[in-house]
Amino acid sequence: MEKIVNQIKMKKIKRNLRLIKGLVFKSLLLALPIFVISSCSTDETQKVATFTKLVMQDEFDKDGAPNSTIWGYDEGTGIEGWGNNELQYYTKRTENVKVENGYLLITAQKESYNDYSYTSARLTTKGKFDQAYGRFEARIRLPYGQGMWPAFWLLGANIDEVGWPKCGEIDIMEYRGQHPTKVLGTVHGPGYSAATSISKSYSLLNDRFDTGFHIFGIEWGPDYINYYVDDVLYNQITPADVTGEWVFDHPFYIIINLAVGGNFVGSPNSQTVFPQTMLVDYVRVYQKN
Amino acid sequence: MKNRKFIKLKNIFLLGLLVVGSLSCEREISDEVALATFPANPDVFIDGFSGGLDYYPFQGSAFGAFTVDQQTKYKGTSAMRFDVPNVGDADGAYAGAIFRLASARNLTSYDALTFWAKGTQAGLINEIGFGQDFDENKYLVTTNLQLTTNWKKYIIPIPDASKLIAEKGLFWYAEGPENGKGYTFWIDELKFEKLGTIAQPRPAICKGEDKVETQFLGSSVNMSTYGLTQTFNVESGLNQTVTAAPAYFSFKSSNVDVARVSDLGILTFVGTGTAKITALIGGVKAAGSLTVNVPGGFPVAPVPTMPQSKVFSVFTEKYKDLPVNYYNGYWAPYQTTKGEQTKIDGQNVISYTDFNFVGTQLTTPLDISQMTHFSIDLLLLELPTDIDLLLTFKNENATATTFQQNRIGQSYQLDPRAPVVAKDTDFQAGVWLTVKVPIRPSSETGLDKTGVNLIIIENIKSSNVKAIYVDNMYFYKE
Repeated sequence: MEKIVNQIKMKKIKRNLRLIKGLVFKSLLLALPIFVISSCSTDETQKVATFTKLVMQDEFDKDGAPNSTIWGYDEGTGIEGWGNNELQYYTKRTENVKVENGYLLITAQKESYNDYSYTSARLTTKGKFDQAYGRFEARIRLPYGQGMWPAFWLLGANIDEVGWPKCGEIDIMEYRGQHPTKVLGTVHGPGYSAATSISKSYSLLNDRFDTGFHIFGIEWGPDYINYYVDDVLYNQITPADVTGEWVFDHPFYIIINLAVGGNFVGSPNSQTVFPQTMLVDYVRVYQKN
Repeated sequence: MKNRKFIKLKNIFLLGLLVVGSLSCEREISDEVALATFPANPDVFIDGFSGGLDYYPFQGSAFGAFTVDQQTKYKGTSAMRFDVPNVGDADGAYAGAIFRLASARNLTSYDALTFWAKGTQAGLINEIGFGQDFDENKYLVTTNLQLTTNWKKYIIPIPDASKLIAEKGLFWYAEGPENGKGYTFWIDELKFEKLGTIAQPRPAICKGEDKVETQFLGSSVNMSTYGLTQTFNVESGLNQTVTAAPAYFSFKSSNVDVARVSDLGILTFVGTGTAKITALIGGVKAAGSLTVNVPGGFPVAPVPTMPQSKVFSVFTEKYKDLPVNYYNGYWAPYQTTKGEQTKIDGQNVISYTDFNFVGTQLTTPLDISQMTHFSIDLLLLELPTDIDLLLTFKNENATATTFQQNRIGQSYQLDPRAPVVAKDTDFQAGVWLTVKVPIRPSSETGLDKTGVNLIIIENIKSSNVKAIYVDNMYFYKE
């Protein structure tokens, strides 16, 4: 256990040491049963790379529309609500997406729009930025409420050639607004997608994801994906863990979105407060130095 | 659960006293200075009362409803047991008590009162919370909760913990029988906690609505009657709402020359004009507002001029009133109208609220054969667009029911049997309107005038006339 904690790479960001100490301590308690269950020699086999060369970053420092050299948009409703029966209509209007005061704001609105009852936004780096391996991280404050489904995730850049799930999907962070203390990290690939995806949750103790910013990240090497929340490594997925072909060997692009409703979360209800905003402080991608 | 009477105690607050070195010549605060604070012990009942806590049942409640149970408990050696009596129990009609400390505690570091509970049935505890101290109940918090027959953890969020620097009322509850039957519930591990997951505060006044109403100079109302709540999202993802005392809010009046709110939430009307009351809890703006229009003092109804000899008075100050059984019969099951005679600004009037229909019954049937008119004064503070009242004099006796009907307000004639005696345009908001209703020949109406015993006013179009004032009801001979 000690070893794992020591292996956690220190990031070059301002941090509140006391908070981090608290989180690391909590992580020990939380992660304990999992490591015990998965393998008694996990620490020996775990590989934690050191990705320190910053290759892409958006600090969202310029008010207005997001930087168009990095971000494009998925608009509309996709097919069958982006495959998940999601209820929102994605737009790139400022009502749904803008940069303000150093943050990217993705806002889900309850409004009538093109026959849909909700609007929101989905940003993607498809065709603008993709990369195989490295550290992908974002600092985010999440929304809350039944039916809110924000995500920070990666899709294989070859999706148009090979399709999904063959292209691979790495969900760095997914969250259900009705579970404000819990996030999930998941991979999807051929033979292990949707309900059979490889997934693990991470919960905060005496804290929640909608009241402050948290860093969600992965460190991804040729034969492992490590999942982090803040400085806590809470999962490692390797080729041995997936029940199919390991497809995480080619460039992936980034998606950040805030979905409303859909199979994963269920619909908003009378308790859900609108609008809801997901705030992104930064997105950074590193490579091996 | 009404008529709770409490012994008033005077609180002596020690807080804020500074300990200053007595030998200091310079009047600077020494490094040794410490604010006196109350202890922060979070425990209320774990396996027994925490220090200094006592049980004070409400008057009229079953005194023995609370016991310490060593058989049934969630954890440890004992739990609090509450036996809700059956309807008609000689010991008391309900179970209810406060649990109060002899000396205060500082609860500012917590965000909720939590406990485990279960019931012998899934009863709904009517009122449960903290902050009731039989004194000012300044930081009272009330909610209700649905029990289950299994142990379950409950959370009552603190609306703004920074206020609770000296709290004595750690817990209170009041629960009556369910469907006439008593039952038992248990509470264990009752304590204040810092959960860290009580988030997204959404305070509200006036139930989150923008309410507009007319009030009168010199009168005052308590903001606690205006839907004051605090809502948090809790770890389960559910929103949880509690009723919060006015002192948790900081109220703001847009015009303090018209209306001002005290620390305890008493809203007083000090001048004519309009003021909008808004509020915050802990810097978070509350949804909803109260806009009050203060036209002046309560309007004085016109004084009747007929001599007593020509009048049968039902409700006046000038004449001697005939005896009545009631000015509001509270007729079940469809009547919603509340209110009866009351005194406003020294004036005797009848004030009806939630008005749909209401009747006055004379004790002795009245012979109005010699009378030519019925006079009634009506006051509406806000005018609806569709005033339509039906006024009926009824002779209801063992053998027959006969009546005369007239309409007030509707400007077109719908039913010739109920002629219009006043138009809706005759009404002005906040101005008394005297309506004189001719007593028609019995050949026209069918009314047997020798024994009229009921006077009924109905809101027949279900207009949004909700509050109506009535004065000077009398029959007279021209």
